[in-house]
Order: sequence, then structure tokens, then C-alpha cells
Amino acid sequence: MSEMKKIKNLKEFSTSADRFEGANLLCPGCAHSIIVREVLNATNDDLILSASTGCLEVCTAVYPYTSWDASWIHIGFENSSTAVAGAESMYKALKKKGRLKQPDRNPKFVSFAGDGASYDIGFQWISGCMERGHNIMHIVLDNEVYANTGGQRSSSTPIGSSATTSPAGRVSYGEKRNKKDIVSIMAAHNIPYVAQVAPNKWKDMVKKIQHGFAVEGPVFINAVSPCTTEWKFDPKDTMNIADLATDSLVFPLYEIIDGHELNITYRPKNIVPVEEYLAAQGRFKHLFKDEYKYLIKEWQERVDEKWAYLQRREEARV
Amino acid sequence: MAFDKMELRDIEVWDGNFAAAQAMRQAQIDVVAAYPITPSTPIVEGYAQFLADGYIEGEFVMVESEHAAMSGCIGAAAAGGRVATATSSQGFALMVETLYQASGMRLPIVLNLVNRALASPLNVNGDHSDMYLGRDSGWIQFDAYSPQEAYDLNLIAFKVAEDHDIRLPAMVNQDGFLTSHTAQGLKPLSDDAAYAFVGEFKPMNDMLDFEHPVTHGVQTEEDWHFEHKARQHNDLMVKVLPKIKEVFADFEKISGRKYNLVEKYDMDDADICVVCMGSSVETAREVASEMRANGIKAGVVGIRVLRPIPFFEIIEALKDIKAIAALDRSSPNGAAGMLFNEIAGALFNTDSKALLSGYVYGLGGRDLTKAHLVALFKELQANADAGKITTQLQQFIGVRGPKLAYL
Repeated sequence: MSEMKKIKNLKEFSTSADRFEGANLLCPGCAHSIIVREVLNATNDDLILSASTGCLEVCTAVYPYTSWDASWIHIGFENSSTAVAGAESMYKALKKKGRLKQPDRNPKFVSFAGDGASYDIGFQWISGCMERGHNIMHIVLDNEVYANTGGQRSSSTPIGSSATTSPAGRVSYGEKRNKKDIVSIMAAHNIPYVAQVAPNKWKDMVKKIQHGFAVEGPVFINAVSPCTTEWKFDPKDTMNIADLATDSLVFPLYEIIDGHELNITYRPKNIVPVEEYLAAQGRFKHLFKDEYKYLIKEWQERVDEKWAYLQRREEARV
Repeated sequence: MAFDKMELRDIEVWDGNFAAAQAMRQAQIDVVAAYPITPSTPIVEGYAQFLADGYIEGEFVMVESEHAAMSGCIGAAAAGGRVATATSSQGFALMVETLYQASGMRLPIVLNLVNRALASPLNVNGDHSDMYLGRDSGWIQFDAYSPQEAYDLNLIAFKVAEDHDIRLPAMVNQDGFLTSHTAQGLKPLSDDAAYAFVGEFKPMNDMLDFEHPVTHGVQTEEDWHFEHKARQHNDLMVKVLPKIKEVFADFEKISGRKYNLVEKYDMDDADICVVCMGSSVETAREVASEMRANGIKAGVVGIRVLRPIPFFEIIEALKDIKAIAALDRSSPNGAAGMLFNEIAGALFNTDSKALLSGYVYGLGGRDLTKAHLVALFKELQANADAGKITTQLQQFIGVRGPKLAYL
């Protein structure tokens, strides 16, 4: 049987032994390491991990060092999902053949990738893994930009954000396309579990990760990962930005079970205006010029619409 | 064991694809991750059927692209078990990124590469463009000229690649259609003998050993990258060919079939010879014998192992030859052919006075006929007689239109 950790409070969580070392090269204030710790801390079971090329990978496995105290593999930019699916296939094969060295273990197979590696270049690989029903969990560390290569737009970059390949300029407000709805796309694979999580809501996250570990079959998790460098906020404010993201409902927290049963898992007591979320980040600074303020209004309308949609979906149970 | 053995006859009639699939079955592969592409598809179909019929126990992962196929193979191999796949041409080209990752991570995967032309223009037939594309990828490359050899070399490839001194992936090349779809009588080993030869897979740095976590696929920059690549090259240059020779010798003991790094045919007293790969080797041998009946001392050298290149064996085979033709079944696209360059590089600092000319042939499955080879041997004899190359250095043979010759 799976062994999930029972962590009562944040203090206990912060001192809980984990398999991701603090010794890594991620930026101060990077949410990636917080999310990874929250995920790894959700279980006592053995872990087989993978990472796509990106911030997490280049900052945690620079030879001759490693930050990983669990088996970990990186192949390329697009294939962390398939890498861990290959390992999971080998596990199944060796289990059948009775050749596992420690046959009584119950390993979890987890793939980490950024939004570039998930929404864009690795999209097909993830879709393939989900469709084939591997017993793996793919987690997107969604910072809405190619952060590792210096802030180029991905298909997760939201409209109005200034990225290096969609910069705001004298005659441009930056990114013109709205963020891809990858959660819905993955839910459409009718897999057992899809969820959106945020590092500031760690209990919600751990619950979802534990749910994901408990089900048989593929699991997809989209985790908002505020990026101090590319979103342009002070490193000490990571959790404040994450709070604004979840409380403005720009990143609503919800889950979809078996492709249809949608549950909202966090309802902010006081919903914060989207404007406050945007104002806290340098990447949206230009939107506060008079000529672009309509974009903020449109953004608020989109968030309201999506929130209404999620509530209707939840209520309808379809 | 929860699978059945297969009773094989002393002589089975198999094509190259089925021969490779049978060898994979006998090696009891744990994971195959694959994607179909002509002409290699029957190999993984064969594996799937063996699985469906209970002749094998393992995981067959039918992925959504060749890139994913090799990605899955890498993950599976790093987890710790026997892994193989098959592909051709465009699929191989799509895999290229991951080929370098597999070899750099020292994962012993066996890839059956059923040789086929590369687009554009699109073409499903055999040439060696894909084989050549993989030659700097850090894989061991074997070349089979017939279905029997495709079978034998698969068993050999596992044993070489998985050796803990080697730990490098290996490709087994065979010609698309000419070998892959041509059924011939061949002599398989029994299931027990084949498995005993390949041996049980012995994992190393396996991710599934939970007591010893490992990190695979790290980052190295200017401080360490060079040392890693140099070490891999060193192992290819120093360890692999002796290991292959040892495994060839072991295989000869159980099968009676002798393999060499460089396959010499009628070379002992030859004046002229062709050097080639794939099914053309057999055609060239037949023509060489006919030339001998007409008083021309012709021989044939087949390259059995393309990587690592058997540099000294090539020198040894060619040292007394007067005129040599290097036959390349891949367009060099703006250079001398690959085999031409390899042979020239090997002979350059020796006392050889050989006249070396290059021929490009058979692109996109165009036949190499006996008539082509007769004309070619006659040109070589003319070169030998004249003491100089009487044609241009590089010629295209079998192509329509005015004769194409360069250099």
C-alpha cells in the first residue's frame, strides 16, 4: 500500500526530511523548489523522478553534484514525461518477471517540466503518455515563460505580458495571445486526475498530489510557479504573488476527476481584483498606461467568466 | 517463467525483419518502445505478436513518435533492463537528438536500423543515408548483409552493448527491403542456446534500485563536458573492438558462423577490390568470383563494424591492393563519400600505393546490378594497369542522364 505523509502544519512540513536538497542553484525566491519539496514531501514511498531541460534541471544536477536523493533522469527538453514512462514500463516488466531488487516497494513515477516543456515542445510526448495510461504524474512548473533561456514567450505566457520575444514597446503591449488552457486539454484525455495547484496553498497541493499518487493511471498537475526573475518582483514576495494569483482567481485551484467531475478546491474569502495581481509584477507594468487599461478590464472579465464557468461545471457534475 | 519457448526448425525461412524480431524475442527483452515506419515496422509488429501469443514477457510501449520511442527506451534502460527498438530513415532522423543522449548516458540499447533513404524526395527504399546520419552519435554500428546476419548480429549486439566494460548502445543495420523483406533460409539458435549466449541482463546504476538512488543525464559545461565525451570516445576506440572480437569468437563456438570486423572475400592475392556495405557485399562477391574466372584478381571487403571504425583491420585488408573502389550508398552532398574518406584516412600514412576511387550508387533503392560491378572492376583493373586513376575520383553509377563524375 502507498504510504502518504501526514503533516500537520507548516512548521512540521518545513523540517520534514525530504529528497530534494536545499543545495541547488535556483534563484532566491524561485517557487520551483518550494513546489518540488511539497510534491516530494507528500509521500514516503520511493520516487523515480525526471525533469525536462529547464531551470529545475540545470540548477539541480550540475556534475559532479546532484540535489536529488531519489533516482532522477533528464534526457532532453521535450521528453521528461516519456523518460519516466519508460522507467515505469521497465518497473512493470521487471515486476512481472520477478526481477525487482526490492519487490515490496511501491514507487511513484513523477515527471517535472516547465510550461515551455509542457505547453509547447513536450506537448505531444505528454499527450502520448496520458493516452497510453502510464502510471505516472506529470507536473508543470508553470512560470508562463521560457525562464531558463531568458524570458521568451511560451504558449502559457498570458496576454499583455512583456516577454523578450513578445516585448512591450512603443507600439506594442507585449504578448498578443491568451494562455493555452492545458488543464482542459489534459482533462479531455479522460485520465483519472487533473488538477491545478499553487505553492502558497500547500495543504491543497499535498492533498491533490496524494490523490494523484493514490489513483492508478496518468495524472496531470499544473502548478503556478511565480518567477521572481521574469515576472519581476522582489524575491521575498514569491508567496505574496502566489496569494494574489490564487485570490484574484487568475489561477483558480480545482481538480477534474476522470475527465469530467470538476471540483473547485479553494474559494477565496475576499476575491482580489486582477488589477492588484498585475500591478505587483514588472512584466505587466506597461498595462497601466492609459491606452492599455482596457486590457486590464478585459482580463478581469475573462477571469470572472472562467470562474463562473468553473462553478457551473462543478455544479453540473459533467 | 510465464512465457512459452518456441520450437524452431534447424532451418527457418525468415526475412531480415522477422529474423531481428526472433533474436529480440530470444534475448527476452524487457521493454520495447517503438513507433512504426517502413521498412522496419515488421520487427516491432513481430515483437508485439510474440507478446500477444505468450512467447515473451515484457512491456511493449507503442509511442507517438520515434523521438518518444528512443526517449522511452532511454528511461527504460536507465531504470535497469534489456531494451531494444527498431526504426528507419525519417524516424531515425527524428530520433537523432536522443541517440546522442542514449550513448552519452552509457545506456546499452539495441536499435535495429533498417536502412532507407532520407527525404526529400520521399522514398521508402533502401540506401545508407540513415546509417551515415548516425555515425557520429556514439553508438556501436554493426552491418548485416543478409537475414541470417541480421539475426546473429542482434544477439551479438546485446552481448557487446551490455558488457559492463562497454555500456554503449548498438545499432544493427540491414538493407531496407533487400534484406528486411527478402526471405531466406537461415539457421537460428534454439531459444535456450540464444539466451544462454546473450546472458541475463546485469543492471548497473539502475534507477529501480531504491537503496542506491542515481542521477542520470546531468549538466556539464566547459569544466567537465570534454572529459565525458573524451572518455566515451576512448572506450569506443580502446575497448569496443576487442570486445566485439571476443563476442564474435564466442558466437562462432556455438553457431559455427564466423564474423570479422572487416569481412574479406578473395582478398589474399587480389590486385583490385571493392569496399562496400549491406546486401551489395553479396552481389560484389558473386561478381568478383566471375572476374576471377576471367583472369582478373578481384576481391571484396565488407565493413562489418562501421563504428568504431576498424582502422587497422582496414589497413591490413587493403595493404597490398593496387586499385580500390569505395562504394557509398548515400549521397555525400558536396564531398567525397564516407567510405572513401575512411579508407583514404586509414591508408594515408602507410606504404600503400593503392589507387583509391569512389563510387556513389543505389540511392533510394536503385539496384546495383552485376553489370555495374563488372564495369567497375574493369575500371579498377585499368587503374591498376595504368598505375594511375583513369577516371575522375568520384563517379555516380546507375543514375540516368549524362555521366556524373567529380574530383
